[in-house]
Order: sequence, then C-alpha cells, then structure tokens
Amino acid sequence: MPITTAEVEHVALLARLKLTPEEKAAYTGQLNAILEYMDKLNALDTTDVEPTAHVLPLRNVFRDDVARPGLPREKALAGAPAASEGQFKVPRVV
Amino acid sequence: MDLHYLTAHELGDLLQRREVSAVEVTEAIIERIKAVDGRVQAYLTRTAEEALEQAKAVDAARARGEEPGPLAGVPMALKDNLCTGGVRTTCASQMLAGWVPPYDATVVRRLKEAGAVILGKLNMDEFAMGSSTENSSFFPTRNPWDLERVPGGSSGGSVAAVAAGEACYALGSDTGGSIRQPASFCGVVGMKPTYGRVSRYGLVAFASSLDQIGPITRDVTDCALVLGVIAGHDPSDSTSADLPVPDYRAALQPEIKGLKIGVPREYFGAGIEPEVETVVRRAIAKLEEMGAICEETSLPHTEYALPAYYLVAPAEASSNLARYDGVSYGLRVPGKDIIEMYMNTRSQGFGPEVKRRIMLGTYALSSGYYDAYYLKALKVRTLIRRDFEAAFSKYDLLATPTSPTVAFRLGEKAGDPLAMYMSDLCTIPVNMAGLPALSIPCGFSQGLPVGLQLIGKAFDEATLLRAAYAFEQATEYHRRRPELGVA
Repeated sequence: MPITTAEVEHVALLARLKLTPEEKAAYTGQLNAILEYMDKLNALDTTDVEPTAHVLPLRNVFRDDVARPGLPREKALAGAPAASEGQFKVPRVV
Repeated sequence: MDLHYLTAHELGDLLQRREVSAVEVTEAIIERIKAVDGRVQAYLTRTAEEALEQAKAVDAARARGEEPGPLAGVPMALKDNLCTGGVRTTCASQMLAGWVPPYDATVVRRLKEAGAVILGKLNMDEFAMGSSTENSSFFPTRNPWDLERVPGGSSGGSVAAVAAGEACYALGSDTGGSIRQPASFCGVVGMKPTYGRVSRYGLVAFASSLDQIGPITRDVTDCALVLGVIAGHDPSDSTSADLPVPDYRAALQPEIKGLKIGVPREYFGAGIEPEVETVVRRAIAKLEEMGAICEETSLPHTEYALPAYYLVAPAEASSNLARYDGVSYGLRVPGKDIIEMYMNTRSQGFGPEVKRRIMLGTYALSSGYYDAYYLKALKVRTLIRRDFEAAFSKYDLLATPTSPTVAFRLGEKAGDPLAMYMSDLCTIPVNMAGLPALSIPCGFSQGLPVGLQLIGKAFDEATLLRAAYAFEQATEYHRRRPELGVA
C-alpha cells in the first residue's frame, strides 16, 4: 500500500479539500490502485532521458513593454462572490 | 429537406445562393433541439434569442450584397469550457454553475467574425475530466445511436449534438482524447489539431501542456473549413504557434497514391474488441486499395503513455484548479476563516472525479514523490515523443483505432476509474507528443459507430485532412444517421 489514510488526509489539506470519512476511504483505495498501475513506469530506465514538460520549442515569449488596455475593473469584479470598494472581499485573514 | 442534417458546407452553399435564409436554418435547428434534446440531453445552456439575432445580422449582410463567408449563418454550438462573454460557462461544474465570463475565447471571437450562429453551450465531463460525460454535475448526455449508452467524453454533449442534428458543427477540447473518442462513439469527424495550432485563450484550463481546441463535424470538408477559421497565432496565448495557416479546404484532394501509412501494432493489443479491430483493419485495407502504402510498424513505449499521462495531466490540473478558491469568481461557501472558506468551497464545488485527479496530481507533485512520479512521467513522455519521431521519419501518417471499444453502457465503468481511463488508450499518446490527429467514421460494430484514428506530423493537418477526405469520398459511413432510439 503506497498511500495510507494519513497521507490522503495530508494531500487533501495541501489541495485545500475537506474530505468526508467515506471519501477518505474511497480515495485511499482508488489512489492505491492507480499508483500501483503507475509503477509500470519503473520498468523503464530513464537515467539519461531529458524530461519533456512541453512539446513546442518555445522557451519564453516576449512582447514590447508597452501598456495596453486590460480587463476593466468592474468586469473583473463582476463574477466575484463578494467585492467592495473596487476590490475582491475575503474573510478576515489577520 | 432536413436542414438539420445538412453539413456546414452544404448549408453554406444554400445560404450563399439565397435558397434559404440564416433565420430559416436557425429556426429549423432550434425546432430540432426542442424535439430531441429531451432524449439526448446535449445542451446545458441554449441561446436561441442570441442565435436568431446573429442569423438576422448575416441575412441583412447578404441582403446588402455582402458575402460574409462560407460559415456565415450556419448554426453551431460550443463545449461549455469555452468562454462566451455574457453567456454562462459552467464546465459542467457546480463550481462555475452561475459564472458568466467577461470575455469571449479567441476561437469564439473568430467564429463570430466568420458569421457563426451560436445555439448554446454543450454538456461535458466536469472540467473535461472523463471519458463518458457521466461526470457532468448536471446530467449525463446520451448516445444518439443508443440512448442507453454514453456518447463518450469529455466532449460528449458536442458530439451528441452534431450526431443528433442539434448543431451543424461544434467545438470541443481534447486533452487525452476528449474530441476523438466521443467522435468515434457517435460516428462524426473530430480533430485534435497540433499543440499550438489553435489559441487556447478563453478555454478553461485543464492540463496546459496537453489541452487543444478542435472541430467536431459531420464530414471532413467541414472539419477543414472550421479549422481554417479557428487556427492561427494569437498574441493572447503564448503557446500558440506563429506559423502560417494553409488553405485546408484546398488540401482536400481525394488522392493518396504513394502516401506512406504506418500501422502501429501496439494499438491493436489487449483490450481491443475483436469486431472493432476487424472494422479498423478493413478501413486500413481500403486506404491501401486506394493506393496508400500501409505497413505494420511499432511504437514500443505505447503502453507507458497512459500511466505517464495520468501523472502529468492530474499534476497540471491540480495546479490549474488551485484558482477555484471562492475569491475572484465562481462558487463561494463561507467558513469561519479564509482557509475553511477555501476548503468548503472546493469540497462542495468539485465533483468526485475532479477531486480524485486533484488528489492524484497534488500527491505526484508533493515533496518526496516529485522525482518518483512527476519527473519520471516527464521522462517517459520524452520516450513516447521519440517513438513518434522515429515513425514519422518513415511514414506520412499513422492509422489506428480511435478507441479500443464502441460506446459502452451508462454506468458500466462509472465505479472503476482505471477501466474508464483505458478508453483513451489510443488517443492519449498523441496528446503526450503534441501531434495532430482525427477520428473519422469507418464502420459499425453491433450497430454502433467505430472510428479510425489518423495521426499526422506536427503542423501537418493538411495531409491528415487529405487522407481522411479520400477515405470519406470512397465510403458511405459518414452519411448514416442515428435513429435516437434504444438498440
């Protein structure tokens, strides 16, 4: 068993997910089955293989540093669950 | 004449000759949607009023003597992960159930400029994660060929709408097969263009090194027409390639003499239904009969593509979906402090498959496991790419089944994530290598459509379209229409 319930709880916290006891049990079983299948990859020797993060030969894409219009503030805030004084409103942090 | 089953180019010809108006065509398809969508359940949002306004504008332009182009006035619809300014875009998730984007995706803007009439937004697996459209948080879509079967996924609503005459064509997105597998299940043409060929600006991100938008159509000519409209560089998407877009319709020559086609044996391995194999091999024999040179070949790392994909895609997804935190848009579920607000929002907003992939991706990227899982998968991705590079030094195209099976029954694989993932065995390696590929109808098994997948060299969609067109001209499968019943 590569993953324990305690690890599932830790990963859920990292991912900001609150899982029910049923979800924890189900994900522990399912993630173990999936990761067991992934172990297939260890059959391959990849010591000297470069990783591919991205298939295009692009490193970075620049444009001239000239200001141009962006999304207007009221449009950016239109979908916000809560906004006030032209800003996103969140619960108290400190 | 059933206007709802004409292709876009047939409708375009009628419209340009003023034999029908865009308003008549749009009204006919709106009627069709009313008549059949209760059974198919392809649409999440219908925009009939806006569609009729767009149709009127096209008719007015033609009345003034203008010619706004072959797709002007032709009704279509969009997968619901493509942003439409002013029209809700849900990704079939409770997280975005009420969200109205502030702008159009680049592909939507380009279609509007070409005079497209947009009928609405189509169902999908939540955040495009799934192979059956059963992961929609609203309702499942049904396969028009057998209403007790799935249409495939994640672009299930898009293919079902096109197959059932509820849209002349549609756009979908394809991260591991989400255009091609459902196109195969529903007997339509679906293309995933080369990574970088079509701008993703305004596509809700799933796995950014894999996602690509593409056309879903009733024939190859329509595929070429729609690709021509949506393809091309976009400064708003830094991964869109700055390359010229060829005239894809001009590439449609029914001549494939001497074309070299490799047939990778790994795609006919364990898990393929015998009748699917028979149908696909018969289609390859047809290509050979037409003058193509078909040869068995090998892509030795094929079996590693699926496990590598299910590390890379969830890892990218876990990062992309971190933005759904209840702050800037979408659902918010209150909590006693900000962390609890995040956790409540994400736990109620995401469905089971999305959570499963976020968990898997977070695990694969987490401290202590990064090298063993994520980095390993990226290295295997290199080996998969090299397989294709070697094959394309010998062949112009590769031919495979699109999916190992025909459409399965609703609920059949819903409880077993790994069994569901296997449905994309033949399509996933193509996304890992960033190549273009399409699925075309190539026959039937148990009365259900079977798709032939053709895979091309990077940015060579033209050869792909030419071979698909030649096959289509020599066969009749793309002309069959479903009865919208139960098989």
